[in-house]
Amino acid sequence: MGNQLEQYVAVVGEAVVDQLHRLAKPLKGLRVVHVNSTRQGGGVAEILHWLTPLKRELGLEVSWEVVAGESSFYQCTKKMHNALQGNREDIHPALLRVYEETNARNFERLEDTLTHADIVFIHDPQPAPLLSLCPQRKGKWIWRCHIDASHPYRPVWRYLQRFVEAFDASIYSLPRFAQPMRHPLYIIPPSIDPLSEKNIDLTANEIEKATANYGIDIRRPVICQISRFDWFKDPVGVINAYRLAKGFGPPLQLILAGGTATDDPEGEEVLSAVQKAAEEDPDIHILLLPPDAPRTINALQRMADIVLQKSLKEGFGLTVAEAMWKGKPVIGGDVGGIRIQVVNHFTGFLVNTPEGAALRIRYLLTHKDRLHEMGERARAFILENYLLTRHLRDYLSVILALQSGGRDRITLN
Amino acid sequence: MNPFLVTDCALIVMATGEKAVNIREMTDRIRRMDDPGIMYFHFWDCLLRPAFIDPEYQNDFASWVYHQLHDRRLAERLAILNPGVFSTMDQLRHKLIEIIEDRMDEPGFDQHIESDSPFFFMRSQIIVFDTQVRLESPETMGAYIRDMALGSVFYHFIDARRRTDSGKNDFTEWLWGWGDPYTTLAGELSEIDPYFKSLLEIREQLATVFARHLKEDVSHG
Repeated sequence: MGNQLEQYVAVVGEAVVDQLHRLAKPLKGLRVVHVNSTRQGGGVAEILHWLTPLKRELGLEVSWEVVAGESSFYQCTKKMHNALQGNREDIHPALLRVYEETNARNFERLEDTLTHADIVFIHDPQPAPLLSLCPQRKGKWIWRCHIDASHPYRPVWRYLQRFVEAFDASIYSLPRFAQPMRHPLYIIPPSIDPLSEKNIDLTANEIEKATANYGIDIRRPVICQISRFDWFKDPVGVINAYRLAKGFGPPLQLILAGGTATDDPEGEEVLSAVQKAAEEDPDIHILLLPPDAPRTINALQRMADIVLQKSLKEGFGLTVAEAMWKGKPVIGGDVGGIRIQVVNHFTGFLVNTPEGAALRIRYLLTHKDRLHEMGERARAFILENYLLTRHLRDYLSVILALQSGGRDRITLN
Repeated sequence: MNPFLVTDCALIVMATGEKAVNIREMTDRIRRMDDPGIMYFHFWDCLLRPAFIDPEYQNDFASWVYHQLHDRRLAERLAILNPGVFSTMDQLRHKLIEIIEDRMDEPGFDQHIESDSPFFFMRSQIIVFDTQVRLESPETMGAYIRDMALGSVFYHFIDARRRTDSGKNDFTEWLWGWGDPYTTLAGELSEIDPYFKSLLEIREQLATVFARHLKEDVSHG
């Protein structure tokens, strides 16, 4: 602790870390509060676990608060989450009452902190009503929506809009996720941590060990897809692509690795469909990984020649950035956030069918120079755009912009 | 000669909430939205954000028309638009409308082709700040440029085009002040086409040009 940021200098260079210090200089002592609904599990908590200490290190006074409630509160917010993603989820008025009452109870505890904060980030819908409960607030409030809300279920969105419209700004991960509102709509894509267990450099020895553990033949080409066993990730389509490509000769091996989310009842069903589709092919390795296996995922991505993320629907798809960071070209589905990470023909290929994926696998395996060139470009692309230092810079920039009254050009003294 | 003050910048990307799925909607939105920040974003900011690296159609309008509407003719005409020659973003906006309207009037042009990947109209805010780095001579600049933050490269090499009287870049303008020995270097820097490279590559090219010239100057001197 204390100089965590310095550790990133070796990865991103001194100029990038210097820039963070300069941006943060006018913000020293600013009271910033983040509010979400859980301290453990899920992408939001993961971000706040690194963002909070790094902002503190830059001199901001940051606190992280969590709203808590009974199971009916989470039942309601889970429905909201699904509805924002487009599912037709009608929420019973009694549940909405629980939602508002839970926020009111949490506000009693947080009133002092929230009223005196200079900047408040409210993450996702769970704590959204807190703003309406805080008329004496002195700072700027920002709604940070991590969800793909591009096609929300309207009745639920209209209900939530009453709360979020009143914020000073909102932040989305992609332009298409943003809902038009009267306040500024900022875009901050997510990022990966190059020093985390999932992304840190591994020794050749460690990768070889993992290869041996899973019975992978290092002399033959390997393709892999790391993702939950979920229909939208199209694991069966990946098997089809592998078969089509292998039919042309290359002695391919396929790794399909991932977990099934505990809150996903379909996971088991998808996994059995995948096992059935594999037909006990010894070159298809289906690995059901525990949630705490980041180093294994790291090794699997590194041992692959090509990484696939053949999703049919995707939010942002950070596994793509993870693979690219390891210098791998990615063959990805032409959907969601994959489109802005995989620059078609430059850092990988965007495909729409198993046939398209098979064609690109064959191409890359027969053009090794192109494979390496794309892999190098992919890593450089992530270095410039999707590491957590950029993410942190974006957060600081949004705070500065709001502090400066929304001018197009803000000059810091 | 005054030292060169190295400035850095950070871009904040914003959605306007407006989008278009076909050429009629696109023209309508461009006509309606006269915020210069939108034009600036789609023509210049692409160099400072991940969506870049389209070697053929370097502004967002041209790229979308080509990749989503598959109208190569219109894409080519839009791609050649050089924002640097327009004194205001509004003039550029009117030129854009003119080119699209001309294409829409051509026989056989299908105005109804829709894309399932809409064009999102965006704008940005830019934060500019002093790095406290002062470069006292062209030699120190040449030695420093490889370490320069990409935000600084954007600010001095791209953003400068709308700030400087010459419409060129800050390095060139500063080197002009040093007179004869550096005029060729200043000129060569201004000849670098910023649209075909990422900022990393631009920085590399700047450093290479500096290194070559300064070496030549030493050997000639």
